[in-house]
Amino acid sequence: MGQITLKGVRKAFGDVEVIPPLDLEINDGEFVVFVGPSGCGKSTLLRLIAGLEDVSGGEIEINGQPSAELPPAKRGLAMVFQSYALYPHMSVRKNIAFPLKMAKLDQAAAKEKVDNAARILNLTDYLDRRPGQLSGGQRQRVAIGRAIVREPAAFLFDEPLSNLDAALRVNMRLEISELHQKLKTTMVYVTHDQVEAMTMADKIVVLQAGRIEQVGSPLELYRTPRNKFVAGFIGSPKMNFIEGDEAAKYGADSIGIRPEHIEVSTTEGAWKGTVGVSEHLGSDTFLHVDTEYGLINVRGGGEIGLHSGDTVYLTPDLSQLHKFDAQGQAI
Amino acid sequence: MSTQASRSAARLMISPSVILLFLWMAVPLGMTIWFSFQRYNLLMPGQGGFVGWDNYYYFLTDPAFFTALINTLVLVGGVLLITVFGGILLALLLDQPIFGQGIVRVLVIAPFFVMPTVSALVWKNMLYNPVNGIFAYLAKAIGLQPYDFLAHAPMLSITIIVAWQWLPFATLILLTALQSLDSEQLEAAEMDGAGALSRFFYIMLPHLARAATVVILIQTIFLLSTFAEILVTTNGGPGNASTTLTYLVYVQSLLQFDVGGGAAGGVVAVILANIVAIFLMRMIGKNLEA
Ligand SMILES: Nc1ncnc2c1ncn2[C@@H]1O[C@H](COP(=O)(O)OP(=O)(O)O)[C@@H](O)[C@H]1O
Ligand SMILES: [Mg+2]
Repeated sequence: MGQITLKGVRKAFGDVEVIPPLDLEINDGEFVVFVGPSGCGKSTLLRLIAGLEDVSGGEIEINGQPSAELPPAKRGLAMVFQSYALYPHMSVRKNIAFPLKMAKLDQAAAKEKVDNAARILNLTDYLDRRPGQLSGGQRQRVAIGRAIVREPAAFLFDEPLSNLDAALRVNMRLEISELHQKLKTTMVYVTHDQVEAMTMADKIVVLQAGRIEQVGSPLELYRTPRNKFVAGFIGSPKMNFIEGDEAAKYGADSIGIRPEHIEVSTTEGAWKGTVGVSEHLGSDTFLHVDTEYGLINVRGGGEIGLHSGDTVYLTPDLSQLHKFDAQGQAI
Repeated sequence: MSTQASRSAARLMISPSVILLFLWMAVPLGMTIWFSFQRYNLLMPGQGGFVGWDNYYYFLTDPAFFTALINTLVLVGGVLLITVFGGILLALLLDQPIFGQGIVRVLVIAPFFVMPTVSALVWKNMLYNPVNGIFAYLAKAIGLQPYDFLAHAPMLSITIIVAWQWLPFATLILLTALQSLDSEQLEAAEMDGAGALSRFFYIMLPHLARAATVVILIQTIFLLSTFAEILVTTNGGPGNASTTLTYLVYVQSLLQFDVGGGAAGGVVAVILANIVAIFLMRMIGKNLEA
């Protein structure tokens, strides 16, 4: 049971309103990702849900219960912090067992739960080590283990992978997704990395300056972004935007086209340009093309064989063209 | 710092300071040891000469020696107890966001800048004095007999004076340690269901262990040589009730003019200090590792 409802939740630090009133529904068992640029209030929102900060207005309901009076420990939520926040003087076993000890669970039952969590997370061989003797990924797993043993109604993750190197990040991403499938518990996950959001989420909440720009499944956001900000934020490489007369042709203030929805040809097409940098990844080639409308990124096949200085013609796939009005809203 | 040449250059460069420090320490120690085997009494000039272990024998069998040993331990132990516990409590208080935090912190540090003789005089004349002292005044105000602290509880009184001087040091070190504690750890513990007390005992206290070790080690070194406070307040009395080892060495050499005996006492004090140091390192030194 992990249903979280935010009704008009607002947060201000002094005079600065970090989160304007905001409504959000998080359903039981969902994997929800808050994504947005650094400083947009993702952590603050998560901490409001956790009860580590008091709301300045509005209400947070957990499983239908108003939570204003509930201290963090009573909300049945477990949090994994960006810095892991492990207890450095305790062994891995004691770290994971700490919430059980605080709940005064008897030793045998606690040991069983810790062993179980350690098995799920491949930590069995490290139970007697201190956090300082573990690698980043292992520490991350200990932090998750400490959350799992509490059997919370929902997990809260605050940028849990941002301290890991790229390869490990991909691995842990997968492990957390698998964990979600195994436990089927609600997870609220904060990240500034749209790739993490796209790959893990059932539902993505895009935030900017504390405001919700759009809520939807990864593919919804990719296919039908509601405004220019979401369009530019979701997807990698970023969507190309063209303004002015060329956009007016399509009856819009600006148009957007994703790099993967542009046809490249050396002989004919809609927009003429010169290849600047070309990045050959083997499977794909990313071309940065200078055109009269500005720099346009194009994603081509691995065998494209184009290089810096070549003249190319670009043709957008009109069915995938996004149009925006002067306020940046999708038309 | 890896090649042969750079290593010998480094050794050459630091040798002057090492040699200077070594002489600084070795010469006085050597002279003390030398005097401790001499008959060297300023009241009996011309009667010098080697006396073997006599000086040690007389110093160690002096009934004042045992009292001084106990007094030293009481003083050091008492001050450590008060400063470490008091320091932790004060650090917890000062860590709270309070109005005028900066000024309060400066005030707390202030006793550390008062020189020992002055603070001992202030305590003796303004606070402890049974006729004019503030404590006597307070006692009379509520109808009690004034208590003559320095006469009836000399060790306790001196311990309090010295603890008052060292409390700021302990507080400062422990406060810095407390502020270096990652706030996410406390929040994690809070979410894990730890109340304020559990957070203190399971998270803060272990975090403070290293700083407390530093406080204990440094203070012990300085507390073993406490002298001014005793000289100013009680002169080691009444009788020898507040005579510590340091003070006994002073009495021996400068009041009884027995330099040889005083030197022997000094050597004994050095040995005892080292024993204490070894004990301390055994007990709490592991806190400093890693
Ligand atoms: N305790 C605080 N006091 C004042 N301002 C804060 C506090 N915590 C966060 N903020 C401000 O709130 C904004 C959002 O912060 P945060 O939620 O940490 O962003 P994010 O996690 O999305 O990077 C930032 O502008 C930050 O400066
Ligand atoms: Mg953040």
